[in-house]
Amino acid sequence: MTRYIIRRLLQFVPVILISTLIVYALVFAMPGDPIRALAGDRPMSDAVRETLREQYNLDDPFFVQYAKYLWGIISAGDFGTTFNGRPVSDLIAQRLPVTATLALVTFVIQTIMGIIAGILAALYRDRFFDRFVQVATVTMVALPTLVIAFLMQLVFGLNLGLFPIAGINDGLISYILPALAMASVSTGILARLVRSELLDSLTSDYVRTATAKGMKRTRVVTRHGLRNSLIPAVTFIGADLASMMAGSIVVEAIFNLPGLGEQVYRSIQAQEGTVVVGIVTLFVIFFVLINLIVDILYGLLDPRIRYE
Amino acid sequence: MSEMHKAEARTAPIDSQLETSGKSEQKTEEASLLADAWRSLRRNPWFIVSAVLLLIFLTMAVFPQLFTNTDPRECLLSRSRQDPSGEFWFGTDVQGCDYYSRVIHGARNSIAIGFIVAIGTFIVAVLLGLVAGYSGGWVDALISRITDMVFAVPYILGALVLLNALQAFQAQGVREVSFVLIIFMWPTMTRLMRGSVISVVNSDFVMAARALGAGPITIMRRHILPNSLGPVIGYATVFTGIIIGAEAVLTFLGVGLQLPAISWGLQLSDARQYLQTSPHLLLFPVIFVGLTVFAFMTMGDAVRDALDPKSKK
Amino acid sequence: MTESQTSTRIAPGTRPGDAPLLEVKDLHVEFRTKAGVAEAINGLNFTLHAGETLAILGESGSGKSVTAQTIMGILDMPPGRIAGGEIRYRGDDLLTMSEESRRRLRGGKIAMIFQDALSALNPVMPVGWQIAEMFRVHHGMKRKEARVKAVEMMTRVGIPAAEERAGDYPHQFSGGMRQRIMIAMAIALDPDVLIADEPTTALDVTVQAQVMRLLKDLQKEFNMGLILITHDLGVVADVADKIAVMYSGRVMEAADVYEIYGKPGHPYTQGLLSSIPRIDDEGGRLRAIPGLPPSLTDLPSGCPFSPRCEFATDRCRTERPELRLIAEGHLSACHYAEDVYAGTATRTQRPSPTGAGMIPVSEEAPE
Repeated sequence: MTRYIIRRLLQFVPVILISTLIVYALVFAMPGDPIRALAGDRPMSDAVRETLREQYNLDDPFFVQYAKYLWGIISAGDFGTTFNGRPVSDLIAQRLPVTATLALVTFVIQTIMGIIAGILAALYRDRFFDRFVQVATVTMVALPTLVIAFLMQLVFGLNLGLFPIAGINDGLISYILPALAMASVSTGILARLVRSELLDSLTSDYVRTATAKGMKRTRVVTRHGLRNSLIPAVTFIGADLASMMAGSIVVEAIFNLPGLGEQVYRSIQAQEGTVVVGIVTLFVIFFVLINLIVDILYGLLDPRIRYE
Repeated sequence: MSEMHKAEARTAPIDSQLETSGKSEQKTEEASLLADAWRSLRRNPWFIVSAVLLLIFLTMAVFPQLFTNTDPRECLLSRSRQDPSGEFWFGTDVQGCDYYSRVIHGARNSIAIGFIVAIGTFIVAVLLGLVAGYSGGWVDALISRITDMVFAVPYILGALVLLNALQAFQAQGVREVSFVLIIFMWPTMTRLMRGSVISVVNSDFVMAARALGAGPITIMRRHILPNSLGPVIGYATVFTGIIIGAEAVLTFLGVGLQLPAISWGLQLSDARQYLQTSPHLLLFPVIFVGLTVFAFMTMGDAVRDALDPKSKK
Repeated sequence: MTESQTSTRIAPGTRPGDAPLLEVKDLHVEFRTKAGVAEAINGLNFTLHAGETLAILGESGSGKSVTAQTIMGILDMPPGRIAGGEIRYRGDDLLTMSEESRRRLRGGKIAMIFQDALSALNPVMPVGWQIAEMFRVHHGMKRKEARVKAVEMMTRVGIPAAEERAGDYPHQFSGGMRQRIMIAMAIALDPDVLIADEPTTALDVTVQAQVMRLLKDLQKEFNMGLILITHDLGVVADVADKIAVMYSGRVMEAADVYEIYGKPGHPYTQGLLSSIPRIDDEGGRLRAIPGLPPSLTDLPSGCPFSPRCEFATDRCRTERPELRLIAEGHLSACHYAEDVYAGTATRTQRPSPTGAGMIPVSEEAPE
C-alpha cells in the first residue's frame, strides 16, 4: 500500500511538471511584452524596464526561466511576485478561502442531494418520485453551469430577491446561489449513478443471498445493497471535487466572488504571468492529489482492487 | 421445417426466453443491433424532444432568414435597450438592434464551433485511442501519459491562457476558438476510445479472428473499430453540447469570439452590465444556449443508451 | 391433480404418521413478460422428510430454480407471481404467513446454497463477517461471540486455517473453498431444510465430489431434509434418496432413485438416462433428446414433452397427462407410462437427421 502510494506520487511528478510547463509556456513564451502590459499607457524608462525584466528572469532562455521558477517554489515556497511587488503566495492565501468555501458548500450540496435523490429513486423505482428525479437529472445534467448560474441570478436573485447575486458581503448565504449553480450538473450525474448502481446491486446475487439469510429488508438494503453501490459514487464525488477548482472560474466570474478562479481570469487578461502560473500550478497539484486520494479510497472500499 | 424454425426460437434458456417475442429475425447481428437501437430510440421521449430541438436549432444556424427578416446589424441607438414588445419580440440591445434577430443569428457560430470541435476531437480520439488500445506496450504508455498531462490542465484554464495569448494576433474567429478547444479537450474522448478498444481487443471474437490469421489492419478495421465506436459516438454528441457551452463561457469571459461577430457568449457578456435594468438581454441568450446544449446532451445520452446493449432496462 | 396421491405416496420408505418437513402442493408460479405470461411452474407437488434427500432434476428452464426461490421466498416479484398452491413447513403454509415470521424461518430453519458462490457472497465483506451475520441477526449475538461461531463453522466445513482466513474476502478463495463458505453460512443455524441449487455446477470435477460428500455428511449429522437441484444425473445417483424429474414447470416422474435409474416410467427420463455416456457403450454415438423444451409462454395443450417424444400419439398432443401411480412408490405423468415402464411402448416418431425435431416413423424411408 505504502509502496503503491509512493509509486503513484512519483508517477505524478512528471505529470505535474509537464502540465505546469505547458501553462508556463503559454503564459511566458507567447508574443507580447508582459512588462508593457504592466506599464499600460504610462511611459516607462529603460532602466526600470531592465530591472523588471531581470526580476522576472525574462532575459533568460525559456527553460532556465521555468527551472528558476520551479526551484523558487520547491526551495522557498516562492511563487514569485505580482507586478505590484506582492508575493503571489500572499495573494493565493488571501483568495483561497473564498474558493475553498465555494467548493465545500458545493460539495456538501451535491453529495447530500445526489445520494439521497438516487437512493429514493431506486427504492421507489418507476413511482412518481423516481420519474421526477429522472426528468430533473436529465435537465440538470444537460444544462451548462453558465446557463444555470444566469438563471439562478435571474430567478432567485432578481425576481424573488431571495439571495444576493454578487460578492461575498453577506457571509455564507452569498455562496448559496454560486454553489447551487456549480453543484447542478454533478448532483444530476450523482443521483443517476447512485440510482442505477443501487438498482443493480438490489437485483444482484449477494443481495438475494442476504434476503435468503433472513435479514430484514432495511438491513439488506443498507448493509448489503448500499454499501456496494456507493463505491462508484465515492469515485465520482472525488473526481468531481478535483475538477471543482477549475469550475470555479466561471461561477466566480459570474457571481463576482473574489476567489482564485476570478483572480486567475483577471490575471490572464492582465498578462500577469506569475500569478496565472502560480494559481494554475496549485489547481493542477490539487487535481492530481485528489485523484490519488480517490484511487486509494477506492481500494479501501473495494477489497477486490489490488495495488501492485 | 416449421418445427425447426420454432426450435430455433426456443434455443434460449429460461431467463432470455422470457424476453423473446416469438418472432425470429434472420438479419445479421450488426443490422439488428442498429435496428434495435433505432427502435428503442423512437420510443424514447427524450430522443424525440431533443431531435425536434436540434432540428430547429440546426435550421436556425443554416437558414436564419427563415426565422427573421430583420437584419441583426440594423441598429438605432435611439431605441437602445427597449423591453420586449410586439415590434421587437425580444426587445432591443444596447446598440438598439433587434434582439430577436441577433439571438437567432447567434446560433450559427455556436453550432459551427460545436461541430468543428466535435469532429476534430473525434478524429484525434479515434486515431489515438485505436493505436494506444491496440498496440499496448510503450506506445500505449506514451499516449496515455500525454493524455494524462493535458487532462490535468483544466480546459477552461488552458483555453483562457492560449486564447488570451492569441489576442496579440487579433485572431479569435471560429477557426481559432475551435482549434484551441480541440487542443485542450481531446483527452476525455481519447481515454474513452482507448478503454473501449481495449475491452474489444481482449474479447473472444478478436482472439478468434487473430487465430484465423487476420492481419492487424483487418482486425482493427473489421472488428475493433465497429465494435468500439458505440460509446464514442454517443459521447461525441454529448461533447458537441459541452463545446457549445464552453464556447459561450470563453466568449463570455472575453477571450472567445470578438465583436462584430454575433454570438450568444458576447450577448451574455454585454447583458451582465444591465442585469438589474434589462434582464431580458440576459434571459434570451441564456434560454437559447441552454436549449441547444440540452438538445445535444440529451440526444447523445439517448444514442449512447440505445447503442449500449448492456443498458437495456 | 391428485394431491393426496403425490403427497402421501411420493416418498418411498416414509414411515407412517411422520409429519412431512416440507410439503409443496399444487404450486403455480408465473412470470409476466413482454411476450405474455410464462408459466414457470404449473401444478408442482412434492414432500420432503427429515433426513431425506430429494433431487429435483431438470434442464434449464424446467422451473427447478424457480421452485427453490419460491420456497425460500426470494423470487423477484414482479415479474414473478405465485398464482396458487401451498408450501407447508411442518404444517404451516409459508405463502400465507406474515412476512416477519417467514423471515425468521428463512436462513434459520430453511437455508439455501447458491450455484455461484462468487456472486452470491458479498464481495466487499469478509467471509467471517458474512457467516457471523447469521448469528448476530437471528440469535442476537455480539460481534466477537458471533465471530468465534463463524470460525467454528468454517472449520467444520473443512476450511484450513479458518481463524486466519475469516478476515479474507470471497475473491481470495478458490471456487471449492467459496462453496464451502456458502455451505457454512447455510448450515450455521442448524436448519431443518437445506436447498442446494446446483451446488457443484460451477466447480471442477474433483472438487465437485468433495463438496457433495461434505453436503451428504452434514445432512446426516444435522438430520436435515435436503433438496438438491441439479441437471447432473451423475451427482444425483450417489446422493439422492428420491428423484423428481421436472420438465416445463411440472413433475414428469418421481420415484426412488433405484426405480428411476433401473426402470424409468417416463420417456423424458429415459431420454435423459440414455444421454449419459457409458463406459461399456463402445464407440457408439451419444444419444441426445431431439429438439428443445417448449416456450413457457406458449405451452402445448397436451403433454409438454410430446413434440420431442418418441412415443407421442394424437392423444398426447391434445390431452395433458396427470401425474399418477404406476408402480409402488413410482409416479409418472405419461399416458403410456406402464408401457414405457415395461419397455413395450411403440415408437411413433424418430429424431430428424438434424436432431432439431422429429419425423413420424411411418414416413421413414426403408434403410
